[in-house]
Amino acid sequence: MENIIRGRVWKFGHNVDTDVMAPWSSLGQPWEERRKLVFHIRPEFVEQVRSGDIIVAGRNWGCGSSREHAPENLKRLGIAVVVAESFGRIYFRNSVAMAFPNIVCPGVHDAFDEGDEMELDLATAQVRNLTRGVELQGHPYASEMLSILEKGGLLNVLRERLAGQSEK
Amino acid sequence: MAMTMAEKILARASEARSLAAGEYVTATADRIMAHEAFGACARTLLQLGITRLFDPDRVVVILDHYFPAPTPAAAGIHRVVRQLAERFGIRHFLSHAGICHQVLSEWGYILPGHLVLGTDSHSTTYGAFGAGGTGIGLTEMSYVLATGELWMQVPPTIRFELVGEQSVGLMSKDIVLHIAGAFGTEVAQYRAIEFAGPVADRMSIASRMTMSNMGVELGAKFAFFVADEQTLAYLRERTDERLALFGPDPDATYAGVHEVDVNDLEPQVACPHNPGDVKPVSQVGDVGVDQAFLGSCTNGRLEDLAVAAQILKGRKVHPGTRFLITPASQQVYLEATAAGYIEVLLEAGAHITPAACGACPGAHMGVLGTGEVCISSTNRNFRGRMGSPEADIYLGSPATVAAAAVAGRIVDPREFWTETTLS
Ligand code: SF4
Repeated sequence: MENIIRGRVWKFGHNVDTDVMAPWSSLGQPWEERRKLVFHIRPEFVEQVRSGDIIVAGRNWGCGSSREHAPENLKRLGIAVVVAESFGRIYFRNSVAMAFPNIVCPGVHDAFDEGDEMELDLATAQVRNLTRGVELQGHPYASEMLSILEKGGLLNVLRERLAGQSEK
Repeated sequence: MAMTMAEKILARASEARSLAAGEYVTATADRIMAHEAFGACARTLLQLGITRLFDPDRVVVILDHYFPAPTPAAAGIHRVVRQLAERFGIRHFLSHAGICHQVLSEWGYILPGHLVLGTDSHSTTYGAFGAGGTGIGLTEMSYVLATGELWMQVPPTIRFELVGEQSVGLMSKDIVLHIAGAFGTEVAQYRAIEFAGPVADRMSIASRMTMSNMGVELGAKFAFFVADEQTLAYLRERTDERLALFGPDPDATYAGVHEVDVNDLEPQVACPHNPGDVKPVSQVGDVGVDQAFLGSCTNGRLEDLAVAAQILKGRKVHPGTRFLITPASQQVYLEATAAGYIEVLLEAGAHITPAACGACPGAHMGVLGTGEVCISSTNRNFRGRMGSPEADIYLGSPATVAAAAVAGRIVDPREFWTETTLS
């Protein structure tokens, strides 16, 4: 896993829920169809987002359902990381399980405008707005979660565990 | 050390003598619930070469989110789930008995003090029985099915002391919506809730389930009520397992204690597009409704249908409104029929659907079109949740939904539900 992430910021508000990130009508569709249905609150985002872009959001990003298509769709859109004031906890867990990084960072919503450049150190959760020259301290991942992320997700942890069992 | 309900449950599930909030544990689930998601999880396991589950007898599989299947693709998923449930030796395959949380509860699968992991965010509902129920995604469920285990952080707990007198026409849904509005939908983020106090003690099991269900809308990992004599009486009719009262230690540590006074509380309505955008019904303004929906794991139980029947008795559904009712389970449907509620509702012009999730997640049986307005007894009014992103969803109690079905607009249900009509 790359620890230093640098990219262009898309900005969202508070309480963006998983029904917006993965509406029911999109579930089970092939990606090209799904792409047209996700994030219907901001169609230009889906059209213009580039691989390596970063999302800055307000409070409670990913509140709602346990559908892990939400982080999966963000991954598919090429988002490198979401940095938000706070997260819905099931979304946050699901993201760890799928090795998609999210960082809690108080103050981030006001510290960035859309289009600013961010540099983030995933290990230390240091967040820098390169455009404005400000630095913020986010909450680093607990080692329990970081180890799952570094292994590339929970299924890889399971693979390792199975391999360990068959060796015994 | 004195422990909260969450700490006790996670301590037992991780074989720790005592635990405090903030610690990380590896916990073993007592009960594992998967709905249609079982198909995808089981396929993942097969791809990894796993052909045996940790303990198939802990697993309950059910088809509820889109039964009866609305599309050939949905029918295909149901078929795969049935085949894989058989292949993995799932004895507790509940087919189409209703909505997962309702069915697991009414069949006695949920016991006080147990840790329950489900592929559905509203698994917090099981907190109504003093169980630690919480929702997880497909990847985590695949891991749990294979190993029985999952990492968990022990959550701090906040307590809501519910005091005062619940007046006629005020339902537990109003209380939980009031909490979402007054304290915000993040009040319990990364935390557990214990609902307590005299109002909680007097509440029916069904009403407790409504509040625990919406615990996840407050951000909670678990949303408990103490397992009391009423809980045990409910469960004794449904299981032969040994049962015991379950609650927190008296001097457990809480991250916050909030008193909620229900005296003079008006029925509450959550306005589009967030469950925390809550107003007393008198301040919602003049909102006409195209659809009134009564159902879901939040409010599709017998007491909810009884309230609707009381309000609809001798009245008619407004000609400009369709009133859809989806009982939370086949058992609820049967009991509501035996009690005469279904006949009253049909005579009034309501439409009753088979028991399932129905219109709640926008999958089938009542999706909303562009520009439509719905008053719903469900738990989420997110934009696009029930169909078109250009539809408006208001959340209210079963009484508020039923009253809106009659009036064709959102009104105070107490206009239709007086002391004299309460049986
Ligand atoms: S009724 Fe709605 S909230 Fe409940 S489990 Fe079904 S889709 Fe989820």
